[in-house]
Amino acid sequence: MKSLEELAAIRNKMKDRVAIRENNGDIRIVVGMATCGIAAGARPVLNAFVEEVRKQHADNATVTQTGCIGMCRLEPIVEVFEGGKERVTYVKVKPAMVPRIVKEHILGGKPITEYTIGAAE
Amino acid sequence: MKELSLNILDIVQNSISAEASLIEILLAETDETLRITIKDDGRGMSPEFLATVMDPFSTTRKTRKVGMGIPLFKLAAEQTGGELTITSRTRDMSPEDHGTVISAFFYKNHMDFTPLGDVVSTLISLIQGCPDVDFLFEHELPNGEMVHLDTREMREALGDEIPLNSFEVLEWARESLNEQYGF
Ligand SMILES: Nc1ncnc2c1ncn2[C@@H]1O[C@H](COP(=O)(O)OP(=O)(O)OP(=O)(O)O)[C@@H](O)[C@H]1O
Ligand SMILES: [Mg+2]
Repeated sequence: MKSLEELAAIRNKMKDRVAIRENNGDIRIVVGMATCGIAAGARPVLNAFVEEVRKQHADNATVTQTGCIGMCRLEPIVEVFEGGKERVTYVKVKPAMVPRIVKEHILGGKPITEYTIGAAE
Repeated sequence: MKELSLNILDIVQNSISAEASLIEILLAETDETLRITIKDDGRGMSPEFLATVMDPFSTTRKTRKVGMGIPLFKLAAEQTGGELTITSRTRDMSPEDHGTVISAFFYKNHMDFTPLGDVVSTLISLIQGCPDVDFLFEHELPNGEMVHLDTREMREALGDEIPLNSFEVLEWARESLNEQYGF
């Protein structure tokens, strides 16, 4: 069975890295996790972001959660905040869209307009 | 909701909004029944508010008038012949022991029973979103075995500098639960 001792090993391995990470992280990916978002499939979208950010080494991004964004019919909704730039709102997000958002937007700096709220309206 | 584990994720969001510091998610399962209990030490609800909360036309939220989380969970229980009960105490009523307990009881063999689904992903999502809240998870399986995760134990092993939502830590929690479930 996984033991708590393994966590102590993770602790030792990560100690040095934590200090470095705290300096960047200037992009915030926010997933709406209210009732309407969860019902529409926000949980797998959230987990896909956590995994893709890791897999593609997007160390400049942190994934967080929020309550109702107020547009239930467009859920799951994901907002991307970046210092000095306008907020980007992705709507009806599916896990399959996540690798591309991380690659082209989070790492590449180019929002994917066809997934955004402007395209849906 | 497609899975009860999604209702759990949603109901626990209420506890987080109520500024709980410890949230217990307790599942007790037999071959025929399932009880889901969610217990928090948050701000609680007054009896008057609680009386109206089961009814979808009451909520304290500002962006939308109708709260659906509790009514949906209640419906999921009642449609199997089970029930949902809530007890709650506010800080004013009980400064030492305030909080909310929501308990839902299901008959698993009823045709309208919603499967529990991916409860591991629900827990990982919760720890990811709220690394500073403590979660105790216990699932008593029909064969009597117990699946267990306690973030307070994790925190103790990790020390202060490693947040619980670090990728490695989330992976450890996921693998630990999967192993206990025998996945
Ligand atoms: N654990 C709790 N502690 C304190 N208050 C709670 C708790 N759970 C629910 N409430 C109160 O009951 C209200 C109704 O909850 P419910 O989940 O049904 O709807 P909601 O959270 O308002 O909206 P949503 O449809 O997004 O869930 C909440 O707005 C909150 O005021
Ligand atoms: Mg709710």
